[in-house]
Amino acid sequence: MCVAYPGTVLAVKDRTALIDFSGTRVEALTGLVRTKPGDRVLVHAGCVLQVLPPEEADEMQSLFDEIASLSEEDMKETAG
Amino acid sequence: MNRNDLEQVRTFLHEYDGPEIRLMEVCGTHTASIAKNGIPALLSPAIHLISGPGCPVCVTVTDYIDRLVSLSRTPGTAVVSFGDLLRVRGSRLSLADARADGADVRMVYAPMQMLDFAAREPDRTFVFAAVGFETTAPVYALTLEEAARRELRNVKLLTSLKTMPEVIRAVVRAGTPDGRGRIDGFLAPGHVCAVTGSNEYQELAEETGLPFVVSGFTGPQLLASIAALVKLQGRGTCLNFYPEVVTGTGNAEAKALCRKYYEPCDASWRGLGSIPRSGLRLREEYRTLDAGSSGLDGDHAARGCECAKVLTGQIMPVECPLFGRICTPQYPNGACMVSQEGSCYNWYISGRTR
Repeated sequence: MCVAYPGTVLAVKDRTALIDFSGTRVEALTGLVRTKPGDRVLVHAGCVLQVLPPEEADEMQSLFDEIASLSEEDMKETAG
Repeated sequence: MNRNDLEQVRTFLHEYDGPEIRLMEVCGTHTASIAKNGIPALLSPAIHLISGPGCPVCVTVTDYIDRLVSLSRTPGTAVVSFGDLLRVRGSRLSLADARADGADVRMVYAPMQMLDFAAREPDRTFVFAAVGFETTAPVYALTLEEAARRELRNVKLLTSLKTMPEVIRAVVRAGTPDGRGRIDGFLAPGHVCAVTGSNEYQELAEETGLPFVVSGFTGPQLLASIAALVKLQGRGTCLNFYPEVVTGTGNAEAKALCRKYYEPCDASWRGLGSIPRSGLRLREEYRTLDAGSSGLDGDHAARGCECAKVLTGQIMPVECPLFGRICTPQYPNGACMVSQEGSCYNWYISGRTR
């Protein structure tokens, strides 16, 4: 249940931020940390939990991308 | 971490031939990630990973589920919950059973989604099944804050909020030096620590004389943290291996919000009973937002279910007589087989045997 995902803040309005998760856009509350467009953030249960330093966010992002592309390959293999 | 570092860590963990070491991951999200990454198969037979009581769904007692079921059947009331909790059975029924029977149960991904329901249906009371640890507690508090700002008065919580330090102490106390419940080190919960900070785990490490490593959730992060724990065995110290997210003192805003809404309370844990000051409840001034959370302490597990022993590391999931026979992810008997972060669920789906 403590799962949290990294995303990028696209816009901040009042107490919410629009976050991009590799193309999927989701609104999240910003009351726990100050954030601004362009920040890489960790989101838990619809709430921004932490702002990530850019270099680590990139590392996490590339791992997530790699896992996502692996699953796609696996699915193609299964279907084929 | 570059590839060479990772290879070195893998070799170290695979070839380790020192004393048998039993390490506990106390976070359910770690349990799920360990299974997804196939980590047990990469470890030497002398290194054992044990899932602890850190999956909120798994440690919730049946009285709490029964209360949710009862609320969902009350006219004018809807229960809102994360998906994992829906299939956990109380003494007789789960929320999913109640919903199939016509009760108003709604699944969401974020507590704030409940506020839109509440705004659209002002004559209905919405109760959020607020289970979780220090990571999620501030999210519920923020939801209440937002509800107050939007002047929504038809929103409540049924809380079963728990905190880590006291249950970790209880697990350490329950283990005997040569017994099966013995734990030699802990993977500290990364996202709990994002809120609380890692300092309280340094205190726990010094107090218990055991190593703690705050870990991230990817395969390489987990392998690095496990390797650190193996190297630290016998030393009461805490390392932060998730510094991009976790600081010593944690998230000040989240902690302040929790202090505003909650106070510590005794909490009932499946398999461990009531543990003093191991939970959070709404403070007196916010008690009108509570849907009847106090006194929900009774726990009536299914006959033969050994979730209690699994949660404390006394037995491995495969040693439960129900595991894989009459208790499977499709037809779960115990909470540990229901939750995607449950120990039994993860052992079952990954075919783990040790």
